[in-house]
Amino acid sequence: MSIRRFLAALQARNLEFLRDRTALGWNLIMPVLIVMGFAFAFTTGQEELYKVGLYGETDTEQPIQAFLQTRYVEFIEIDELDKTIEKVDRHQIDLLLDLDNQRYWVNSTSPKGYLLEKVVAPYQFERVALSGSEIRYVDWVVPGVLGMNIMFSALFGVGYVIVRYRKNGVLKRLRATPLSAFEFISAQIASRLLMIVTVTTLVYLGTDLLVDFRMVGSYWLLLLILIVGALSMISVGLLVAARITSEEAANGLLNLISWPMMLLSGVWFSLEGSHPLVQNLALALPLTHMVDAARAVMIEGAGIKEVAAPLLSLCLFTLCFVTIGSKSFRWE
Amino acid sequence: MIEAQNLCKHYPGVKAVNGVSFHIPRGVCFGLLGPNGAGKTTTVEMLEGIITPSSGKILYKGEPLGQRFRNEAGIMFQHTALQEFIQVDEALRMFQRFYPNPRSLDDLVEACALEEFLTRDTRKLSGGQKQRLLLAIALINNPEVVFLDEPTTGLDPQSRRNLWGQVRRIKAENKTLVLTTHYMEEAFELCDEIIIMDHGLIIAQGNPKALLADHFDNSVISLPRTALPENFTLDDGASVHPQGDLVEIMSKDVDSTIRLLTANQIPLKQLQVRSPTLEDLFLELTGHHLRS
Repeated sequence: MSIRRFLAALQARNLEFLRDRTALGWNLIMPVLIVMGFAFAFTTGQEELYKVGLYGETDTEQPIQAFLQTRYVEFIEIDELDKTIEKVDRHQIDLLLDLDNQRYWVNSTSPKGYLLEKVVAPYQFERVALSGSEIRYVDWVVPGVLGMNIMFSALFGVGYVIVRYRKNGVLKRLRATPLSAFEFISAQIASRLLMIVTVTTLVYLGTDLLVDFRMVGSYWLLLLILIVGALSMISVGLLVAARITSEEAANGLLNLISWPMMLLSGVWFSLEGSHPLVQNLALALPLTHMVDAARAVMIEGAGIKEVAAPLLSLCLFTLCFVTIGSKSFRWE
Repeated sequence: MIEAQNLCKHYPGVKAVNGVSFHIPRGVCFGLLGPNGAGKTTTVEMLEGIITPSSGKILYKGEPLGQRFRNEAGIMFQHTALQEFIQVDEALRMFQRFYPNPRSLDDLVEACALEEFLTRDTRKLSGGQKQRLLLAIALINNPEVVFLDEPTTGLDPQSRRNLWGQVRRIKAENKTLVLTTHYMEEAFELCDEIIIMDHGLIIAQGNPKALLADHFDNSVISLPRTALPENFTLDDGASVHPQGDLVEIMSKDVDSTIRLLTANQIPLKQLQVRSPTLEDLFLELTGHHLRS
């Protein structure tokens, strides 16, 4: 491995990326527009249903039965008290009733919780106040959009570009020099990783400025997830580009990989409650692990222990794809 | 310098190169001549280490191709592109950094006349300018052996002459040159030694002038086809070959043949006399034209 040759190839790829203004603009602006679009869509047309969680025996003769008949309120029977309390804290449920112990949880900052509390007042349940801020859809979707942007950038920026190089003879020209395949591939990985970290940071800052989303965890941990996740996506791109010589075939294959990954990795909607087969399939996709880990850090403030499992999965994906990709790589 | 022993390259259903052997001595300009599809580029790309032969052996300075060859060889491919959105000087600097002892940028700019477009995007170069840049890249490591694969294909006559001048300057530096071309004139002008290939085989090998002297002791007289009657023959042993709109007469004694034509009242308007070329040699050896 010659650092000098590696840096030469890295610099050329960086210049190529930075000077391709159309692609660069698209990389920066598209995710911001998507997040803004969702922020707008989900703040102007909110559903008017109240959500009340019910814990304990509902088939009771208590006076509270009258409240359980209230119209325009969705009553959800729950089994896990702690998790539902967290949902009340994040405004995902407006009020939680513990029927067995005659108490309720409400978020003091929630307007819906305030109104429901007035309705429950006559039944004289014990009040437990929470004060967490609301988790809007936009807060939930931002980690997904960032992950999706990284996925597209890595897959097409590495996979498609290497196939193009192979087709138009750039790889052949480089092969005729002392540059080794390892040096060339390392330069492609490093260049794309550098660009992804830079672009994602800019997209993050731009989006935060415009929609002010939730981020309660560690920025360093989020950066680590971003880097490990991006590496796993880049390795998928390398695997695709290892042998293909046609840009059309590469484009088709990359779309075949990226679109199901985007839809099944919980970027746009939660997979909770979906068919177990879909949930298992999602676990086989690196994007799922990256988005889950980023979401846990940004929304729940998860630490390194909580996201160790998805990080480890991403590392294994990377190791596996890079090994197969580099073993099957062909200049021609 | 380079030794090729019984090289073969077979693809499914195609024998692109079918057992060729030759030796390229140090300091010569060695040409591979033949029509499109003859196996020239496949042969030269095996010599360059780009294509792995199906069988056979290639030795560079007595050793198999390896890192030493990569460091000492300069290659100009027939079809190649450079990374997009980079300038000529940036491309040169990148290739400089791939080699342990590269030539200086100033030296290359002067040798290949790159000054006028040094800061231009590589995608915005004309055909001749691009070939000059690719030649500069091939020379960037101050190579001992330079491969030029169809370097003038698609160039206008002036750009072709300019490139010939540059090739002669490389020859003057006592470098070994390996050149493929389907222009017989180019091979004749530049090469000290040639092999002529057809259908993946070598059909002739040697110095161009010596090859012509060995195969021909006659001259070519050409006339418009309409000047001669059908199935016209000559009594002095000269053979008559229709070639499109022309008729070519291969004659050992030009004076005698012209006297016979005049005696037969053949109009001599547009008559031309020339020496045989490598194209004629190819025709004689294969029965078909180099560029057909």
